[in-house]
Amino acid sequence: MSILVLAEHDNNELNPATLNAVAAAAQIGGDIHILVAGSGCGGVADAAAKVAGVSKVLSADSAEYANGIAENMIPLIMSVIDGYSHLLAPATTYGKNILPGVAALKDVAQISDIIRVDDADTFQRPIYAGNALATVKSGEALKVITVRTTSFEAVAAEGGSAAVEAVSATGDAGKTTFGKSELSSSDRPELTSAKIVISGGRGMQDGSNFAMLEKVADKLGAAVGASRAAVDAGFVPNDYQVGQTGKVVAPDLYVAVGISGAIQHLAGMKDSKVIVAINKDEEAPIFQVADYGLVDDLFSAVPQLEGEL
Amino acid sequence: MKILVPVKRVIDYNVKVRVKADQTGVELANVKMAMNPFDEIAVEQAIRLKEAGTATEIVAVSIGPDQSQETIRTALAMGADRGIHVPASHDTEPLAVAKILKALVEKEAPGLVILGKQAIDDDSNQTGQMLSALLGWPQATFASGVEIAGDALNVIREVDGGLEHISSKLPAVITVDLRLNEPRYASLPNIMKAKKKPLDQVSLDDLGVDASQRLTVVKVEEPPAREAGITVASVSELVDKLKNEAKVI
Repeated sequence: MSILVLAEHDNNELNPATLNAVAAAAQIGGDIHILVAGSGCGGVADAAAKVAGVSKVLSADSAEYANGIAENMIPLIMSVIDGYSHLLAPATTYGKNILPGVAALKDVAQISDIIRVDDADTFQRPIYAGNALATVKSGEALKVITVRTTSFEAVAAEGGSAAVEAVSATGDAGKTTFGKSELSSSDRPELTSAKIVISGGRGMQDGSNFAMLEKVADKLGAAVGASRAAVDAGFVPNDYQVGQTGKVVAPDLYVAVGISGAIQHLAGMKDSKVIVAINKDEEAPIFQVADYGLVDDLFSAVPQLEGEL
Repeated sequence: MKILVPVKRVIDYNVKVRVKADQTGVELANVKMAMNPFDEIAVEQAIRLKEAGTATEIVAVSIGPDQSQETIRTALAMGADRGIHVPASHDTEPLAVAKILKALVEKEAPGLVILGKQAIDDDSNQTGQMLSALLGWPQATFASGVEIAGDALNVIREVDGGLEHISSKLPAVITVDLRLNEPRYASLPNIMKAKKKPLDQVSLDDLGVDASQRLTVVKVEEPPAREAGITVASVSELVDKLKNEAKVI
């Protein structure tokens, strides 16, 4: 068996989510190759070659791959995919955008967001926002899979010494042009890889009140997240959203502040090791999943928490 | 321009899902069903494009058992013009759905297909992307802003790190994210009117699509339950527990 893992990167650095996808590949077993497609991405290909357990890196360095436009990436993957038994990518917006098109053109089913590898054909994935776990078996010649990054511990970024092989570019499909990106800039850790996450919900009442959470986050080295209710209310941008329709996180410590605990929010954080809930409503469902619950007004509790840290 | 909007009938998002005792799936009998919330956003976007004079007709499509017609009626009550029901199993996989939609696109020749980014039952997030690849059309996934001028399509996409602006040309496939719009409620007069709007049935045979299952569901089970936690009396106690008991800070 040989497995191709699609690398996620920004042409400068390999996104660590790739290391979680490689970890899933290692559990499947077989030769693991990484495809790095980008523009001026030689450094990323070199970094991919050092990833533990990887035997080959395919590098496609050409302008049309600069921004991961799916219509350009899919023909490239199609040009190299023959002979592979599995195609994996992290279940990020990057992987979710690109992989289904490859599955469709290969006429095979995709298995999204796997959380466990049983064997080379059988995988477990959450359905209904994680309220049920389905074990599915695929008889397809090519298994196209996206990997929930929080369910697989990243392989080491160093230790490998794979060969880097250049592959021919497939050209610009001419379907979509990239305009610009507006990425949130923050000195805090990234939400999905942070060891500690502190999130606010509708109870925060206003976007400006998130400053309280940021102060706590800075003391703990934490990332700041939000519930869908807080995003819907316009308190914070959507990339803060933790939940079924946002990001899935599984930090060592998750602090939910003013979050009631809707099913769709729990789907995004209930695999956290330790959950703390601060809410003035003692009936809030979040307390049912919390290891430590504090029934208190967040506007007094959060500043006090900051003071005691 | 015609817009095709696929709508899926799923368990209502407020309902707590229960896994069947025999572990073959989740309980669907006597459970409140509703239109997939992302599909409501897709229908709303299509209606707004029609109200703006960009679109002329909205066709709502649902693939599934007979009750899927109720979901189509909901779309018609919101403002879609007509419906197409393709009778199929509730468990039709995304690849088969994409093939069915491709066949319908070839029949109906819309300029735009707008879908929800994922259905909240199987959470696959595949159908729109698969349809775009099968049609060879541009894809604009996870849209939180859509602007159409002539055949130019500008979309703002929700990506992990923030937002991304892309441009393409129609015809195209759009999948919508949460913040694109707030879907309207259907008024009672519109619900009555929707009953008279045309709703056709097209069979898988008519479309020439093989919708058989590719994946075998071995087992569906409940996720492991978390052990009950404790209530702390004060912030000081909380900090103490986190430092000395959980040892996470």
